[in-house]
Amino acid sequence: MLIEKLPTGIDGFEHISNGGLPKGRTTLLSGTAGSAKTVFASQFLASGIQQYQEPGLFVTFEELPDDIRRNMNGFGWDINAWEADNLWSFVDAAPRPMENEVIAGDYDLGGLLARIEYIVQKNKIKRVSLDSIGAILNRFHDTHIFRRELFRISMALKTMGVTALMTAERSNEYGEIARNGVEEFVADNVIILRNALENEKRRRTIEILKFRGTFHQKGEFPFTIDPKIGIIVIPISAIELAQHSSNTRISSGINEVDKMCGGGFFRDSVILVSGPTGNGKTLLATQFISGGVKNDEKCLLFAYEESREQLFRNAIGWGIDFEKYESEGRLKVICEYPEVTSLEDHLVRIKNSIAEFRPNRVAVDSLSALERVSTIRGFREFVISLTSFIKHYEIAGLFTATTPTLMGGTSVTESHISTITDSIILLRYVEMFGEMHRGLTVLKMRGSTHDKDIREFTIDNNGIHLGKTFNNIVGILSGNPQHIVSENEDRLGGMFNDPKIPPI
Amino acid sequence: MSEFRFKLYITGHTPRSDLAIYNLRQLCDTKLKGNYKLEIIDILENPEMAEHERILATPTLIKLSPAPYQRITGDLSNPDRLISGLDLDNYLHEF
Repeated sequence: MLIEKLPTGIDGFEHISNGGLPKGRTTLLSGTAGSAKTVFASQFLASGIQQYQEPGLFVTFEELPDDIRRNMNGFGWDINAWEADNLWSFVDAAPRPMENEVIAGDYDLGGLLARIEYIVQKNKIKRVSLDSIGAILNRFHDTHIFRRELFRISMALKTMGVTALMTAERSNEYGEIARNGVEEFVADNVIILRNALENEKRRRTIEILKFRGTFHQKGEFPFTIDPKIGIIVIPISAIELAQHSSNTRISSGINEVDKMCGGGFFRDSVILVSGPTGNGKTLLATQFISGGVKNDEKCLLFAYEESREQLFRNAIGWGIDFEKYESEGRLKVICEYPEVTSLEDHLVRIKNSIAEFRPNRVAVDSLSALERVSTIRGFREFVISLTSFIKHYEIAGLFTATTPTLMGGTSVTESHISTITDSIILLRYVEMFGEMHRGLTVLKMRGSTHDKDIREFTIDNNGIHLGKTFNNIVGILSGNPQHIVSENEDRLGGMFNDPKIPPI
Repeated sequence: MSEFRFKLYITGHTPRSDLAIYNLRQLCDTKLKGNYKLEIIDILENPEMAEHERILATPTLIKLSPAPYQRITGDLSNPDRLISGLDLDNYLHEF
């Protein structure tokens, strides 16, 4: 028989669980202190009420109901109101400091079970959260009875037909599933929440360890806690490469660049612009935005390197009036320091902004600035997730990336993103006879032919202007340009024409 | 001498419940010379009352008076724990 899934209503969780929690079963949710177990357990009930009108029961073994009511109010979950409508119920099993429990002889948790059963029947409960079961053992100390009673509760929950979530404490991010080594045996399904410290940065992930008899996505997925929504799981590998592809070309905002790309970017492509600092990346992004607005498209610009004032002033210098665009509702500029929040939260903010504003074009300047607030792994996941999100909306996205050295080289950003992007434009400094020149080349243009030259470009009041190709220069892309005198050039060319050299 | 008042929470008449009742009556009849009141509450019949006292484990014995308020969990088959848990030591020495 197929095991049905119950949609939790937690953003992104349905993706990684292939539809939700196994219906009518108990799932163990294990995590270290501060790994958001209580939030998850509460959100499971809250979204059940909000999205599916399913009444929920919260059995609390640690926190007092009043604390939970207050703590969860921040997410906009009005537990008091739900309690009045019998949509949310508490079974208060939290210890009080004054009560000293004396044990004299054998016992069971029949009292607890009877209370749960009573409320489940009375209020037609569909979802039950038990938080956290390890606290029972802290009170009663007997592991043998704990195991026996947990098993009994889990069987009883199954008989009641509710879908239950039991939380358990664990001591290490990577170690035994739960602290007491008992909890995992009573549940058919185990989910692990992690809050690991990596390079001085916290990274929250969720992993479905097992779902007995049914399928789920494997491995850890990052998640974040939005102060208004709660937990948002970011499903990376669950993203499908199923987006449409269009042949419609859009202008990059610079005619000569359009020509180099064989007629402009594709409407739903992701473009990476890589170059050293001060080489014209922000300008290229600005012109990309302006090109969109001029074409009556809506544009969204995320700036992580410059302040709003700086950005607007620079744009004016190139004859582009962002302020006017914004007042016309065709542009939205979001300026933020990367450090204000975690990368996962940035991702959620970007996604929300795109979903709200519904732009035709998105520019991110620069992606590398965001690299600072994350681990390498987290950043890779961010880039993949953002790219696929933009592709999902079938809009054009332009990301800039700063190379680590002035003369080029590859950055982490590029190595993570280069295979995902449809087009790559490289900007480079070229040193020639004691002068710095700027060079631009289209390295990749998926689905189209493009100009392979490295062209010199200049910047004036109107923006970028492409000039001639660099002749007699090699090694521009490797960051080590060398001028070849014509004698050498002739010799190099002649080498391959020499019939005396046998082919290898 | 003030009267002892107890509440005993049980879940149905299981052997464990019956044992707790027997052990408690045994103690009260011998040590307290019958000077007590015992109310037995079956949670299966009155779950709201368990909610009020936040009963988890059964059987649970609650001593309401004399002060202090005490809770004892189990079938009360350990008389030493029961006597110390109920603070009867001091009381019994008065005799």
